[in-house]
Amino acid sequence: MSSNALSYLRQSKMPHIWCPGCGNGIVMNAIIRAIDSLGLDPRQTVIVSGIGCSSRAPGYMNFDTLHTAHGRALTFATGVKMANPALNVIVISGDGDGAAIGGNHLIHACRRNIDITLVLVNNNIYGMTSGQYSPLTPTGALATTAVYGNIDRPFDLVKLASGAGATYVARSTVYHVPQLKTYIQNAIKHHGFSVVEAVSTCPTYFGRKNKRGDAANMMVWMKDNTAVYKKGVEEYDKSLVIGEFVNIEAPEYTDSYAALTERVGGS
Amino acid sequence: MSGKKAVLLQGNEACVKGALTAGLRFFAGYPITPSSEIAEQASIELPKVGGCFMQMEDEIASMGCALGASLTGVKSMTATSGPGFSLKQELIGFGAMAEIPVVIVSIMRMGPSTGLPTSPAAGDIMQAKWGTHGDHPAICICPTSVKEMHDLTVAAFNYAEKYRTPVMLMTDEVIAHMREGVVFEDHYEVIDRVHPAPYEEGYLPYACEEGSLVPPMAAYGEGYRFHVTGLSHDESGFPTNSPAVNDRLIRRLCAKVEADADNIVIYDEYMTGDCGTLFVAYGSVARTSLYIVKQLRAQGIKAGLFIPKTIWPFPEKAYQKIIAGGRVKNVIVPEMNMGQLVLEVDRITKTQASVVGIPKVSGELFKTEELYEKVMAVI
Amino acid sequence: MSERIEFRLSGSGGQGIITAGIILAEAGIFDGVYALQSQSYGPEARGGSSKAEVVISKEPIDYPKATVPNYLLCLTNESFNLYGLTADQKTVVIADSSVDTSKADREIVKAPILQTAHGELKPLVANIVALSFLVGFTGVVSRESVVAAVMGRIPKGTEALNQKAIDAGFRLADELKK
Repeated sequence: MSSNALSYLRQSKMPHIWCPGCGNGIVMNAIIRAIDSLGLDPRQTVIVSGIGCSSRAPGYMNFDTLHTAHGRALTFATGVKMANPALNVIVISGDGDGAAIGGNHLIHACRRNIDITLVLVNNNIYGMTSGQYSPLTPTGALATTAVYGNIDRPFDLVKLASGAGATYVARSTVYHVPQLKTYIQNAIKHHGFSVVEAVSTCPTYFGRKNKRGDAANMMVWMKDNTAVYKKGVEEYDKSLVIGEFVNIEAPEYTDSYAALTERVGGS
Repeated sequence: MSGKKAVLLQGNEACVKGALTAGLRFFAGYPITPSSEIAEQASIELPKVGGCFMQMEDEIASMGCALGASLTGVKSMTATSGPGFSLKQELIGFGAMAEIPVVIVSIMRMGPSTGLPTSPAAGDIMQAKWGTHGDHPAICICPTSVKEMHDLTVAAFNYAEKYRTPVMLMTDEVIAHMREGVVFEDHYEVIDRVHPAPYEEGYLPYACEEGSLVPPMAAYGEGYRFHVTGLSHDESGFPTNSPAVNDRLIRRLCAKVEADADNIVIYDEYMTGDCGTLFVAYGSVARTSLYIVKQLRAQGIKAGLFIPKTIWPFPEKAYQKIIAGGRVKNVIVPEMNMGQLVLEVDRITKTQASVVGIPKVSGELFKTEELYEKVMAVI
Repeated sequence: MSERIEFRLSGSGGQGIITAGIILAEAGIFDGVYALQSQSYGPEARGGSSKAEVVISKEPIDYPKATVPNYLLCLTNESFNLYGLTADQKTVVIADSSVDTSKADREIVKAPILQTAHGELKPLVANIVALSFLVGFTGVVSRESVVAAVMGRIPKGTEALNQKAIDAGFRLADELKK
């Protein structure tokens, strides 16, 4: 990591709590590099998270940081952004935090199109609580609460966010690091609610339970099983489609509120 | 009435006016009876003063949103009723742990569950203190009139800012929906959170200054780059598993309110100087009780009334002063629940007087003759 | 005026009973006395029966609801059957002329409030006719104050109609008192 990127980290808080082979560090690195590339003022940037492994990232990042309750990151982030729209607000969440307990907040943040960037780290499992299945665990996969195989159908987060009205939606993986960084960068730059699903590795629980091997093997799986999204193409020969799916303009919420305020004569 | 002109206001309207007097600039809420007029008024008034109104997707979201806004330095608030107050409890705990000023209004109703949405009750008295898990400071204010809906909302904001903690303003449907003439004071004291010294290397966001139990509070975006978490944390704001640090933190959080209770408690008393029978009542029941006290006095029965305007912390010293000496034989606590505050009154009274609760859970305010009869059966 | 005067106004949802109560309380405030308005609140506020209570007093008001109303107004059969038939003997019961009061074993004050509003004016101002009748008949608050309170609370452009409604209410009261 370049010394510049290091300056965005709270190095005194290291070592981090993540397991060897965990993808969270890669995602955090991609976020920091995206922020650096964009030249965001770290004093005007707030990183918000919920509860879970990936939600510990803000603690290591040298910004105003907010580690909230399980599932609620987007609600706090909405308050921060609405009270001070000048701030850059980035939310880091996981598949359990963001798509299960925080699922309602996710769709409503998409609907409002508020200028917040959500990076949802999808490791297909609840890691912090030792490997229970999440709404993004594939059907048939094994988890500590799905020892007979998961019968739930997972969300497709890209479709969920797009359908709910997010105006920038992308997916990448912790194997495709430069692309992940680019998407996060585009997401932050985008004026509206942006969602980047970062497909990640949890060798400790998901990998071990599902015989995916170690982190390196899981990376190889990502490399071999991804196809890049092409507009208009519905069918892919790989199970994991990555790319920028949505990138459209729509009225942004803080702008709409500012216009309302002006209309009623508020200062 | 004084020479100043009174204005006819609804309780919930007065609450929003009081909040604006105190400096409210952010409201996040979710529609719920019988508190919705607070959200409605906030949605009308806040844009006019450059403030923000958010109707969130649920009760939890509105609590989170209000807390997030407060971290940017604005005074924020939410309003709800029993079921919503239950849903908000986890994040009220977050506010207590992370020391975020915010005001939560609960226009109480009966429970459990949906209960009687449009009827008065006092279902949240104990929930205000024990609703969220763990030990935490609790400041809960209970107005008994429309004027107090205004004035005590100002007090609620002042306490939230002064003690860096969620403050609850709770009353019942009768007070929230009735209209009364209000004569505003000429001046209201408004307290703002204490701001820390300019940022320096080694800044500790949760370090208290000498002699204080409340750390100064920076706002996001000012360059302090501080961390806020619901995890137990040290003065740097970062999580720790240190038993000593945890113990110190929780004790400080509780002590900042409990040790300063003398400066927090608000109460009223009527004809307590010589009373042998003392009513302890809050919300609209305090007004029925006052009616009965006057009625009993007219019959030569020495009755008095103690109204805790802060339910938490309970005005223990003022109450003790009345019951000390053994003159008060009966303490009567009529409540629109099965008996919540009576437990606290009983705890404080010990054996000094006989404490009797008069519960009512029909979803109506006590009628005067009904309360009179129940009281006569006791004394 | 004795210390505490209580009104109960009843009718059906949509008749403007609650608004009438609010204006009555406000007129009290304008007179410089204490006034408190409360209302039935709930599903019945959206159609069905409607009830508002107003307490006017020279002293601060403790109990916020009516105990034994001094005056009860019933604009519909339903509200009369609910409150009028069970009213205390001390309560002055006032009913619209359209209300069937034959079951009552007491004197009922009757006035053609709805007929006046529907015939000469607009149904919309029935509550203002009722209110001004009540004020004219009881004299608990001043006529000037009720006019001021009405004018402060009505939509712009309806002043003339409401003034007619007020006049009609006062006229009904004066005729009855003759």
